[in-house]
This record gives sequence, structure tokens and C-alpha cells, in this order.
Amino acid sequence: MTTLWKKILKTPLVLESVAPSANEAPIEVLGRSVRELVADRLGRSLHIRQVDAGSCNGCELEIAALNNPYYDLERFGLHFVASPRHADCLLVTGPVTRNMADPLKRTYEATPDPKLVVAVGDCAKDCGIFAGGYGVLGPVSSVIPVDIVVSGCPPTPRMILLGIFAVLERRF
Amino acid sequence: MTQIGEAQLLRLLAVALACFMAGALGALVCGRSARFARWVGHVAAILGGLGLLFLSLAGLAGNTFGFFLPRLIPISGVALGLDRLSAFFLLVIAIGALTASVYGLAYTREYEGRHSLAAYGFAFNFFLAAMALVVLARNGLTFLILWEGMSLASYLLVMTENDRRETLRAGWTYLVMTHAGFACLLVGFLVMGHFAGTMDFARWHALTGGWHGPARHAVFVLLGLGFGSKAGVIPLHIWLPQAHPAAPTPVSALMSGVMIKLGIYGLVRLGFDWFGPGPAWWGAAVLIVAAISAVLGVLYALVEHDLKRLLAYHSVENIGIILLGVGAGMLFQTYGLHALAALALVAGLYHTLNHAIFKSLLFMGSGAILQATHTRNMEEMGGLIKRMPQTAVCFLVGSVAIAALPPFNGFISEWLTFQSLLLSFQIPARATNLVFVVAVAALALTSGLAAACFVKAFGITFLALPRSEHAERAHEVTFSMRAAMLLLAISCLGLGVAPFPVLSFLNKTTFDLIGTQADVRFQWTSIAAHGAFATVSPLWIAAALLVLLAAIPIGLRLTGANLRRRTYETWGCGRALQTARFEYTATAFANPFKRVFGLLYRPVKELDIEFHPESRFFMRTIAYRNEARSIFEDALYRPLTRFAQSLGRRARVLQSGNVHVYLLYILIALVVLLLLAR
Amino acid sequence: MLIGILIELAQLLLVALGAPLLVGLIRKLKARLQGRRGARLLQPYLDMRKWLVKEAVVSENTSWIFRFTPYLQASVMLLSALLIPLLTVQTPLGFTGNIIVLMYLFLLATFFLALAGLDAGSAFGGMGSSREMTIAALAEPTVMIAIFAIALRVGSTSLAEIVRRGASESMLLLNPGHLLAFIALFIVTLAETGRLPIDNPSTHLELTMIHEAMILEYSGRHLALVEWASGMKLFLFLSLLANLFFPWGVAMNRNGSLVLLAGVVLALKVGLLAAIIAVLETSMAKLRLFRVPELLSGSFLLALLAVASFFFVR
Repeated sequence: MTTLWKKILKTPLVLESVAPSANEAPIEVLGRSVRELVADRLGRSLHIRQVDAGSCNGCELEIAALNNPYYDLERFGLHFVASPRHADCLLVTGPVTRNMADPLKRTYEATPDPKLVVAVGDCAKDCGIFAGGYGVLGPVSSVIPVDIVVSGCPPTPRMILLGIFAVLERRF
Repeated sequence: MTQIGEAQLLRLLAVALACFMAGALGALVCGRSARFARWVGHVAAILGGLGLLFLSLAGLAGNTFGFFLPRLIPISGVALGLDRLSAFFLLVIAIGALTASVYGLAYTREYEGRHSLAAYGFAFNFFLAAMALVVLARNGLTFLILWEGMSLASYLLVMTENDRRETLRAGWTYLVMTHAGFACLLVGFLVMGHFAGTMDFARWHALTGGWHGPARHAVFVLLGLGFGSKAGVIPLHIWLPQAHPAAPTPVSALMSGVMIKLGIYGLVRLGFDWFGPGPAWWGAAVLIVAAISAVLGVLYALVEHDLKRLLAYHSVENIGIILLGVGAGMLFQTYGLHALAALALVAGLYHTLNHAIFKSLLFMGSGAILQATHTRNMEEMGGLIKRMPQTAVCFLVGSVAIAALPPFNGFISEWLTFQSLLLSFQIPARATNLVFVVAVAALALTSGLAAACFVKAFGITFLALPRSEHAERAHEVTFSMRAAMLLLAISCLGLGVAPFPVLSFLNKTTFDLIGTQADVRFQWTSIAAHGAFATVSPLWIAAALLVLLAAIPIGLRLTGANLRRRTYETWGCGRALQTARFEYTATAFANPFKRVFGLLYRPVKELDIEFHPESRFFMRTIAYRNEARSIFEDALYRPLTRFAQSLGRRARVLQSGNVHVYLLYILIALVVLLLLAR
Repeated sequence: MLIGILIELAQLLLVALGAPLLVGLIRKLKARLQGRRGARLLQPYLDMRKWLVKEAVVSENTSWIFRFTPYLQASVMLLSALLIPLLTVQTPLGFTGNIIVLMYLFLLATFFLALAGLDAGSAFGGMGSSREMTIAALAEPTVMIAIFAIALRVGSTSLAEIVRRGASESMLLLNPGHLLAFIALFIVTLAETGRLPIDNPSTHLELTMIHEAMILEYSGRHLALVEWASGMKLFLFLSLLANLFFPWGVAMNRNGSLVLLAGVVLALKVGLLAAIIAVLETSMAKLRLFRVPELLSGSFLLALLAVASFFFVR
């Protein structure tokens, strides 16, 4: 217990900056956009539900890193939740496999409007290296409407954050 | 207050009894036509119940009568009388009789052609009349004869559906237990009569004042056991969970709501009327038995998934809560704190009335479910709130009331009980104080567990998806059944929001018994126990809740909240199908309790898995049983029956079949008697 | 009359508006202790505002119970805010209920939340209901015995009277029984409000949830009301602990400036308790569900000792 508290008191706050830089892959904002008022409100409080539609779990590792003290996504008002009912944003990874297409649709339906869908990683964008596989149905956009695509294999946590911010038109 | 003459009261009683008698005989006479017997039996019971209601109200207003018929029964004759305590219990009987008859009129329709409605109508009316007369009885023999009549009539009613094994077993248990209790009462009354020199109740109080010695304790224990077995206190409770489910629903409601209260009536008479303040251990014994009954009753109810058995165990629990009030009253009286004794007794008696109302309501709800789904097993129910919306609301009211939550009636009586227990610190004896601490903890645990149990009872039965085809096809029951339930549900709310009128009558009742005003002041808007020690204003709380419940949606509208509602399937992690098999079952709901109180339940767990012949990773069938055992049946009643059987086997030697030996027995008996009577 | 209404209104607003801030404060403190910056202090308000613009998705299996429960939750908590002497002991509606009434009102809210958990027919909801009721039932004896301990010393179960006696006789607060009762009630507070080590309010794993599992189906305005109510419950429990056991600063009359001061002092006391909770939650892991009864029986023993100490040390 004492070691824990010594450690807590000694460790300084270290945070990763999320200011965008030039040499990173671009973020695509697709057609559908949220109304301005809602974007303002969601922009300051966004609850995220992550859906693994058939990913290799590479993207999940990066997403999990968002929760650590370096990226600390809660400081932006972002929060991972346990139920799509509580969510405003679905973070979908992986190519959509045949088995996960239906659950993905159901998750999308279960999320109350207004909501965002962010496709994370190359696989979610265009099936990546799994394209043409017998179990793969297609990219995320073939199953549910996608608002934003974050490329990368896997994308860095910073890129994921920037992607979410891009659709909310939020500046940092 | 209007004074009504004795003659008029007696006439009212005679009219009520005549109604019951007409119903009883009419049902027998019209036995050929089941439909006619049903109508005659129930309408007569309703009229008789109305008569009892008027009589009880007159009695509560302070009118009394005494009636003596010297020749009808040898030795002491028939003596009847009315005082406030009798009138109060008459009120409980009248409410039960009225609603059960209205309900039964429709409920027993499906018995036509299957069970004898003539016998039912006869026993039903006879039962009601006997209960009414028990509380009016004014001497020992009258009381005992009526008490036995009441027990036999209820036995007949329990046996209505006598084509099932379960009913036969239940009837047998009930018959044995009730007669064991009757034997205790008989001996107790005879010893009492012997020492007091009279069987007249009115004179016992004066005569027992200066009576000390072991016989006095023996009488208390015997009568306590006798009344306790009727009330169903632990460990004399085993007949309740068998007889209540087996009986037709109106009868379960009457037995659980009303008849077991007559055990309470007897105990109140015993502790406050027939005997003066007794030694401390009497009250302490009642308090401890009450605490055990309350906690164990609700714990057994929690693991019970037969709806009517669950309710039967809750009767054990509520009898415990009532007796906490009565026992506390007895202890306060011992220590001369008469105002507190009156408060505790008011609490106990109010809970008696409240329990009669919400337990009748809940039993009627379970009966409605039984008719709609043809099962009592909760694991086969579910989704009934959409199929039987009105029954669901009534059952919910009953559940909230029995869980003692505001603003319903159970809350007021439990609140009063709590205050009287907390005020026990005025008693200057440490051991007694600790008994009260145990009682407070037991009551608190009981109320928490009761809330958990009724979340289970209501949630599993009425909410989510139906778990069987029967439940799927259920539909709302007929009007007269709903009317009876609605009446009781409204009473639950009324007695919870405005307890003032009944409390003021109860205050006078306890004044008659104890001779001091209860340490509680009340008006329409508030109740205050022991000065400013504790106050509650049920009316204000209900009103404020209502206002806030209305204000919040208005507030949401004003702030421009999104009021859209979209219906979609239950979130189940995206799985393809939602069926009732995904739902939490009653067994699963109760499992944490089973583990926490494992010492008590000693659950038997059996897991049978039949694997697929080719791979152990797949199974064909899986059977899981996790049952709780009753310690009392295992450790108390089974050895007792075994002992009785072995005794019987030994005694069989006496019955040789040889006439000469029997003549010898007679001779020996004669000689012994002559020697004794010398 | 007017002052009375103003005081009640002030209490109502204090609880209604203070609750999200309290939740935000605990989250912020925990984040800092974990070496994170964490969400804004005002984040819970933003969350509430967000939920209110969202639609509500309701399961097709549910009944009116599910939709009624959030309103009942919020109403019960607001009603409790009227009964408790938060700012002054002279609350106009204080007479409508003593501490036992208050505990039963909380139980009423829990009862309906548990029903709502069962209503959608999902396994998670039922699991949450079952666990919540287990813990609520096991906490009940501790609550009542601790109340008994307080009533013994103060001679009353009226909330205002307890605060008044405590404030006038400061030696009462140093009584060992008083402190034991405080610890017992503190543990119960953790259990009733779903904090660590009994329940983890920030868990994502359905199988470890208690409170969260029951509200998995809620969304939109319903979720806003349920979260608001659970924040208010935490606020009410902490201010009860603060004012019943350390009644400093609570106004004894309806003097405006004293009431204002009482508000500031209450904020400090509740803030301190929130800090204690944050520290506890940082240094403790969640107990296994079947170890929770042991903790609760421990708190029951403490409460029992508090009562016994009155009878044997007087």
C-alpha cells in the first residue's frame, strides 16, 4: 500500500499531445454528417462503444491504449461504455465477417440517434489484407453507414482520436 | 358516537349467521346444480360478510353486547360477547370474507363438474361463521368448540381438490398440526379453568392476577403453542406451505389472511387480557420466536418458486412481524411502560389488518395467474404484465405493500413496529435490551429480504418474456375477480396514506386492554411516536412523490429534451435471437441468497450432464437441481414421526385380536380407575 | 412561510445540481491519483445535456415499469432532499419523515430499479437485480442498528433532532459508539451507492457489474434520470454522514447568512468524504461478490458494538 502511494505521489503527469502533424495519413470524412447543434453537444461528451467485426485485434490494442494515462481519452470528454444503448459513437474494427455482419447491424440499431460510426483501420476501410477471404463479407461501409474512416494498419491512438475529432469539427 | 342497543347488535349477528347458515344449507340442497350451489353459497357469504362488517364497525365504535345461553353446551353454556378487540378481528374477518366471496364467485366457476361445489359452499359458509364466532366466544368451552369447528371446516376446504396426491398430503399435515395445537389449547384451558375456578373469560383477568407458580407458566406455554400452531410461527409452521397452495385460492386467501390471525387474537387475549403482566421471559420468548419466524419465513420464501408456497412462507414472516409488536408490548407491560406497550400492540394489530389485506390480495393475484396459466411454478411464467395488466398492477401494489415500502400500508405498521422496538432503551434491564437489539436487526433483515423476494416474485412472474406456452396464452381474468383485487389494492393505498381512522380505533382498543393511551399522537397529516422521537407524514410523502413524478416530465419538456422513443430488441451483445431462455430465472435470482445463507438451506446440488458420445465438448442433455432443504422437517418432524411410528409398532402388541385379552384390559382399567377414584 | 419554501427550494437545488458535480469531483480525483488528467469537473453536466438530446431506445419486451422507474428514482431522491436537514435543522418538511422513512424511500427506489433490470429480459439485467437486492437486503440490518445506536444517544430518530443534539453537545461526537456507528454507516454507504470495494462504477465487464448491469438497457432521457438519481443518492448519503455525525455548520434557525454558510460547510464536508472515497477506490480492488456479505456482516458487528457500548458503558 505504501509503495503504491509513494509511486502515485512521485509520478508526474505525462500526456501525449494530439495536435495534428503533416506527415500522417489523411482522415476521410464521409458524406453523412451530424447536425451542428448535436455535434456541439456530442463534441463535449461522447460515449464510445467498440465493435470488433472480425479484426486481428491489432486495432484493439491501439484502442485500448487510448485509456492509458498517456492518451487519457477521458480528458476530452470521451468514454468507453458497456452497452450500445449508452453510446453515441461506434468504433468498428476489422473487415466485416459473415458471422459478425448481423450483430454489427443489431448494434447499430440498438444505438440511439444521433450517432456516429467510425471505421478504424485499413481492414474496416477496405478489408485490407483479408480482402477476398471466404469468411469476409466486405468493409464496414457495406453493412452500416460510416461517418469517418481512420486508415492505418493499425492506426495509432492519436490517429483514432483525431479521426473522432474530425467528424465533431473539434479543434485542439 | 351513536349508541346501538344490545338487542340490535344481537339481531345483526343473528342475521349474519342466518345468511351463512342459509348459504351452507342452500349449497347442500342445491347440490345437484353446481352453478346454483356456487351462486347461493357465495351470495349468502357476501351478505353475511356485510353483516359482520356492520357489526365490527359498531363494535369498534364502542358498542358491546353479552349473550349467554346456559343449556346448549354442558358445564358452562354458550357465552358470546363483543368488545373492541373482538370487533377489530371481526373487521379483519369481514374484509376477508367479503373479498374472498366476491373473488370466489368467479374463481370457483371452473370447479363446476370437477369438484363438489355443494360441499365447498357448505364448508365455506360454515368456516366464515365459525371464525366470526371464535372471536366472539366468551368462555373456554364455547371457544374450543368453535375453534375446532373452524379447523374442520378449513380442512374440508383444503381438501376441495382432492383428486391430487399433493392435496391429500397437505390435508393430512394440516389435520395433524391443527389437532396437536388443539390438544395444547384443550389442556391449557382445562388447567386454567381448574386454577381459576371458572371457564368464563371475563373473570380470568381478575383471578390470575395473584396466581404464581409453575402451573401459570405451563398454561402460558400450552396456550402459546396452541395459538402459535394456528398462527404458523416457526417451528410450528410446516402446515402453511403445504395447505395454502393445495387449497382453492379464495380459501388460501382466507386462511392466510384471516384464519392464522385468530392465533394472534388468542395470543393477544392471552398476554394482555387473561393474564396480567407476566414475567419478562414470556415477552422475550414471544419476541425471539417472532424474530426467528420473520427471518426464516422470508428466507424460505426466497428460495421457493411455487408462487402460492412463496406467499405461504411470507405469512410465516408476517406473523413474525406482528408478533414482534405483540411480544414487545408484553415486555413493556412487564416493566410497567404501559404507554409503550400500547404503542407496540397498536403496531402489531395494525400489521394484522394490513397483512390480511395485502396477503389476500397477493393470494388472489396468484389465483388469477393460476387460472390464466394453469401453473404455480414461477419458472414457467413471465410477460404476464402485458397479458393481464390489471392483475399485474394489483399484484404490484400488494408486493410493494408487503415489502413495507412507502406509501403503502405495510410501511406504516412496520414503521410503528420499528419505533416501538427502538424505544425499548427505556427498559432498565440489559439482557432485555439485547433481545430488542436482536429484534431490530431481525426486522431490518426481514424487510430487506422481503423486498428482494418480491422483486423476484413480481419480476419473474410478470416481466420480460413468457417462459412457457401457458404464459404466452394467458389472458386477463373475469371482472369479479379483478374487482375483489382492485378493492384490496385501493385499501392498501388508503391505509398507507391515511392510517388515521384505523389507528384511532386501535388506540381505543389497546386502551381497553392496557388501560393507558398509546405513546403516539396522530392526525390526518402525521403520526408522532413518543413525542418528537419519530414522526412520519404518509399523506405528505405520497403527495410530494406525486407532485415530483408529475414535475419531472414537465421539466424535461420545458428543457427541450428529446422525447422520441424507438422500440428495438433487448441488447444481447448482438446475438441473433432473443428467447425466454436468455432470461434470468427465479432460481438464479435466489442463488446469491442460497449461497450467503447456505448454512441454513444446506442446498442439495445435483448436476447431470449427458455428453455427446463422440465428443465431450458437446452435450445432449443437462439437468441441474439445486434445492434447499428444510431444517425443521429434517431435524424435528422426521424424527418425531419416526418415533411416533415406532411407538405405534410397539403398541400393536396390545391389539392381539384375542377377546379374552381385551376383557383382561377392561378389568385392569376398571380396577385402576376404582383405585384412583377412591 | 416564504422563507420555508425558499429553504426547501435551496436544498432541492443543492442536491439536484450538486450531485453531478460530486460525481465529477470523485472521477477527477481518481484520475489524478491514477496519473491521468481525467474528464472535466463539469463533465457529468455535459453528459446529462447530451443524453437529453438523444432519443430513447426501449426494448420491445419491456413494460411501463421500465419507463416509469427513472422518474420514480429521481422523484424519490428529490423528495429525500426535502426531508434531510442539509442546510438548517428547521426544514419545513422535516417532520414528514424520520431517518427510517428515508431508508425505506431509498429501498423503494432500489426495488423499482431491480424490477426495471428484470423487465427487458436480458440475463445481465436480471443478474444485476439479483445482486443489488442481495446487497440491499444484507445492508439493511446494519443501517437499522446504526440508527438504533444514534437514537440511543440522541433520544430521537428525527433527523433534525439528531443534528441539533450533536451540534449542542460536542462531547457526544467523541463517544466511541458514535464513531463505530459512523464507520458502519460509511461501509453501508459504499454498498448502497455502488462504490468500490462492493461495486465498480466504471467497469465495462457485464459479469462484474451490479448497479451498472441493471441500467444497461437505458438510453436517452431515461439514462439521464437514472444517472442523475444515482448521483443524488450518493450526495444524500454523504451529506447524511456529514451532517448526522459531524453536524458543524448546520444552521439552527432560518437565518439567511447562516444557511449560506451551512451550504459552504456542507460542500467542504461532502468534498472531504468524496476525497476519502477516491483514495479508497484507488488503493482497493473490488471484492468478489461472495466476499461482500463478509464485509457487510463486519459493518453489522461494528454497529452492534456501537449499540452494546451504550448499554454497557453508560
